[in-house]
Amino acid sequence: MIELENVAYSYGGGDLLTDISLRLQAGSFHFLTGPSGAGKSTFLKLCYMELAASKGLVQVFDQDVATLGRDQIALNRRRIGVVHQECQFLDHLSVAENIALPLTVSGRDVAGERQNLADLINWVGLTKQQNQLPPELSGGERQRAALARAVIMGPDVILADEPTGNVDWEMSQRLMSLLIELNKMGKSVLVATHDLNLIRSTKAQVSARVLRIKDKRLQLAGADL
Amino acid sequence: MSIVTAVKDALASLGELAGGDRAADRVVPPTGFTATLTTFTAAAMAFLAVFALALSLATGRLAERWASELAQTSTVRISAPIEEIEAQTLAAQEVLRTTPGVIRSRIMSEEEQMLLLEPWFGPDLPLEDLPIPRLIEVVEDEKGYDAAGLRLRLAGEAPGAFLDDHTRWRRPLVSAANRLRGLGWIAIALIAFSTGAMITLAARAALAANAQVIRVTRLVGARDVYIARAFVRRFTIRATLGAAVGTVLATIAIALLPDAADEGAFLTGLGFQGWHWLWPLTIPLLAALVAFWATRSAALRVLSEVK
Repeated sequence: MIELENVAYSYGGGDLLTDISLRLQAGSFHFLTGPSGAGKSTFLKLCYMELAASKGLVQVFDQDVATLGRDQIALNRRRIGVVHQECQFLDHLSVAENIALPLTVSGRDVAGERQNLADLINWVGLTKQQNQLPPELSGGERQRAALARAVIMGPDVILADEPTGNVDWEMSQRLMSLLIELNKMGKSVLVATHDLNLIRSTKAQVSARVLRIKDKRLQLAGADL
Repeated sequence: MSIVTAVKDALASLGELAGGDRAADRVVPPTGFTATLTTFTAAAMAFLAVFALALSLATGRLAERWASELAQTSTVRISAPIEEIEAQTLAAQEVLRTTPGVIRSRIMSEEEQMLLLEPWFGPDLPLEDLPIPRLIEVVEDEKGYDAAGLRLRLAGEAPGAFLDDHTRWRRPLVSAANRLRGLGWIAIALIAFSTGAMITLAARAALAANAQVIRVTRLVGARDVYIARAFVRRFTIRATLGAAVGTVLATIAIALLPDAADEGAFLTGLGFQGWHWLWPLTIPLLAALVAFWATRSAALRVLSEVK
């Protein structure tokens, strides 16, 4: 699915990440942890091609990202669902329209997918809020809407950047259970979080590898988790 | 991007532009003052373009008329006492007949002289009561004749004959009219360029105001042409509508100008004649093309800076 080999990313003259190697396989579940500013978001951006590696090889769906044109990057992004830390929405569109945005921009018939869209909105528990505008949603509702938007295209990989950052524990658990459900459907999931309690509680429900970014490098987290 | 791909994308965009996509249009919020600015700019520019077009076509007609007259309108005027006028006319004709560069010469009839004088003296001129000089029309070949030499010969053979070589002052006028016509087309080109520049500025302002929309749509898998199309469609439609309004207003204004035939206007009427009235229809089309290319190139340039 996504493979990084000896990847480095530099910004402003200094390395932010160095010697990163990872293979995200189909159906896998990974956590990525590390302190704030360690480079978790940068790592995810490398995976969904918002940033280009300074060194090394990044392959997405067996394609070298460095050789991809802008259109090919756009097409590959349709196979990767991303839940952003800041839940970026278009504030002039309703929640339902925001969730359907990947369908809209890919030219799919949104009207024809109406039932699937309704089911998805119901699955994330936003049926009542679907006609509201994003600024009217609470933090948890925004995260669930972002998750729904990330999965509406039926992606092969789901990348979530601090998906529980702005919500309470109960909502965190609910969001994680949705991600676990998606993983059980065969999707690869990578969740970046600094919340170790969340990782521990999730590991009790699903077989997940925990990675840590330390000193700009990626490590497999040990028994301290 | 290769030229072939660029042209293919542009043609596809034009096709989709004509078809429209309500969902895509919804993705980009209304562009507010920039869209209004585009409409107004296009209307004003189209108004000016129609006048430039009218000027260009009118001066073109003038140049053509004068150019055609250049080839045949030298005249020799015989001003002599009544008893000598016939002899001097014959002598002048003989001189003209033997002058290199003169194809033919012809004594103008009284009716023709009447027509020439009619605009100044009215239709019932008693020509026989007036000391009107005799006029000989001279037609020259492409190379022309030696005017100075002809004047000397006429002075010797027919002292009352004077060569009125008006081709010499018409040439610069024709040249000026042709230049004026060229300036009209340059003005249209400048108007098109200015329209493109203003639409580019308006489009860039709209794109900057929608940076978040562009980033989000790009991240969820939108291709550049999809995002660009939403802006291109909006600005092209606005520019076309504005240009159509400006064109209609300018055409009405030109149609209401005084008729050249009635007023004897020097420039044969600053307006359109015959099928030339169809020319203004090209202005909204030109505006649409300019807006399409200006917005598309601005959008793709801005998008190339977004990952």
